[in-house]
Amino acid sequence: MRFNWNLKYIKMSKWFYTFSIIITLLGILSLSIFGLNYGVDFRSGSNVDVNLTKVVTQEQIQTLLDKQKIGKEVDYTPGKERFGIRFSQVLTDQQVNDFKISFNKQLDPKASFEVNTVDTEMAQELEQNAIWAILLACVAIAVYISIRFEWRFAIAAIVSLLHDAFLVISIFSLFRLEVDLTFITAILTIVGFSINDTVVIFDRIRENLRFAKKKSRDDLEQVVDHSIAQTMTRSLATVFTVFIASVCLFIFGGESIRMFSLAMVIGLLFGAYSSIFIASPLWVALKGKQKSPTAGGGAAKTAKS
Amino acid sequence: MKRILSFIVVVLITTGVMIGTSPGLLNSLKLGLDLKGGFEILYEAQPLEAGQSVTRQSLIQTAQSLERRINALGTTEPEVTTEGSNRIRVRLAGVTNEAEVRSMLKKPAELTFRSATAADAKKPGQYSKIELRGNDFVENGAVVGYDQLNQPEISIKVKDKAKFAEITKRLLNKELAIFLDQELLSAPTVRGELTDGSASITGSYTRDEANKLADTINLGALPLKLTEKYSQSVGATLGQLSLDQTIRAGLIGSIIILVFMIAMFRVPGLVASFCLIVHTWVVLAIFYLGGFVLTLPGIAAFVLGIGMAVDANIITYERIKEEIKSGKTIRSSVIAGSKASFRTVMDANVTTIIAAAVMFGLGTGSVRGFALVLIVDIVTSILTNIFFSRFLLNLLVKADAVKKAKYFGVKESDISAL
Repeated sequence: MRFNWNLKYIKMSKWFYTFSIIITLLGILSLSIFGLNYGVDFRSGSNVDVNLTKVVTQEQIQTLLDKQKIGKEVDYTPGKERFGIRFSQVLTDQQVNDFKISFNKQLDPKASFEVNTVDTEMAQELEQNAIWAILLACVAIAVYISIRFEWRFAIAAIVSLLHDAFLVISIFSLFRLEVDLTFITAILTIVGFSINDTVVIFDRIRENLRFAKKKSRDDLEQVVDHSIAQTMTRSLATVFTVFIASVCLFIFGGESIRMFSLAMVIGLLFGAYSSIFIASPLWVALKGKQKSPTAGGGAAKTAKS
Repeated sequence: MKRILSFIVVVLITTGVMIGTSPGLLNSLKLGLDLKGGFEILYEAQPLEAGQSVTRQSLIQTAQSLERRINALGTTEPEVTTEGSNRIRVRLAGVTNEAEVRSMLKKPAELTFRSATAADAKKPGQYSKIELRGNDFVENGAVVGYDQLNQPEISIKVKDKAKFAEITKRLLNKELAIFLDQELLSAPTVRGELTDGSASITGSYTRDEANKLADTINLGALPLKLTEKYSQSVGATLGQLSLDQTIRAGLIGSIIILVFMIAMFRVPGLVASFCLIVHTWVVLAIFYLGGFVLTLPGIAAFVLGIGMAVDANIITYERIKEEIKSGKTIRSSVIAGSKASFRTVMDANVTTIIAAAVMFGLGTGSVRGFALVLIVDIVTSILTNIFFSRFLLNLLVKADAVKKAKYFGVKESDISAL
């Protein structure tokens, strides 16, 4: 009854490469056309989240804002309990205070607020820092893997983790989900998890290589396929547990970490996928190149171990 | 028998310590402003006069002055930290009088002492020549006292005695007006040449007015000018809501994970679940002992860390299962499985620590908090979910308490004969 995980993963890889390339292209397209839907953390302005205790409509808030003369260029994220208002201008203390007071007075006396304000210069700096953080993390991880494994593993791992990070960014761009500071944290955590998954499989490959015949590319593929199959239950179990944690945070957690949790959920799925279908075949491709001139195309077929 | 006894004793003692200390631990944890309500402002410091630069010293001095200022307002536990070369981050959790505190903090505007020029003389109340600036005064040197007539007076100290003597000599019997930005606060008359660098300002001030003026001069003595770059403010009820929601999410997630572990790995799963609870307790204890502040992203990292800690167990137990399936005895399977999985687990954890360390190094504010929790989490997880969990499992196995493969979630039919 048990599912047999011994599949030809490497032979199937061209389908997954195609899939990933298509999504990546879609992502590049979406990013260049729409860009990202930046929250205030990255776009200067003020963000006011109101926690409502009764029903308040967007029109009511708009009227209130218009009266206060801060109603221009405002984006709304309506919700039953929590209403998000984003101003593209940076509100002054005074304006925020006036807004809170009049909101409490006229619409909902028990409402509470969360206000975020970021200066333009600061926003750009945050974004640059984030990009640096991802690149630096990649370099540091690559160095570690090169020391512990070999450079081919490092390249395959870095490609797959950049793939994961990029796909999450693409999906946020495609679906116009808001990108804020916690999103960056999520991307970095995904980088950490994605590499975690990849390392576990690579570790098994390295171990199996010691006893395996490695004359032809077919041998190599077999070792990798076998390693993936051996670690499959673990991959699924781990993805399941971390996935459950993230889904719970997404569904039950507070509003301010919702986007973080969503990014984590998507990233985790891609992380597990890419470790198996992108990183491993990529390593075979790199390693195979090294082998092929000596082993040649007509190497003897090996018997199943 | 001895081993099974030590197993029981270890479990009982650990459980006892956890139950005994948890309530105190939970109550004394410091919560961040996103969980308790409050606000955070990031200031950028600039030198008051063009051409000067922001030094490390002046930045620290400014931060300390800000902290004193906040303390004077009676707000609990302000957190004022310098960041980079020219930033100061102010965090105030549980603030109720936000508007007041903020306007107070913002005040480090430009304080000047001015005199009237010939051109100003035509219009009373006009003073356009700047004689002294806020940074010419000794920090926190302005003190309110009383003169012989029991009238409030403000004594001030300047840094440059000679300069002050020259000014007071030149302006004898003239007014030296005190300005905050363009606002005239007071215009006391110079009564004598002051050579010792200190002076008292007297006038018909009420006690409150005098205090306010002294405060303003002290504020003005801040060596740097501050501009708000980022601010976040969270209402108290909203913070409480976030806390409740996130804890609920964490509990639900954790319970599902524990149930899953026990279903999949039976006895070792139980050991792992116990170690996970110990893990949570240890992380909380570290937070308490280290005086760390728990924030919302911190809790998120914490919950994810539980997922990671579970991974260490899954890798190990999967390996043990494989060894059992290959026909080895339970005892040698556990030894071989633990050994073979150790390197994998360490590699996987170290790579995540690297990512977290980069976040900590480059990040600011909440990102840093998140990274810190993640690092603490992973390191504790190595201790509790690799070493402690292995220790407990070994006690059980060596005591021959778990002899059957099915206790490990392995079906007898899956075992191949050696």
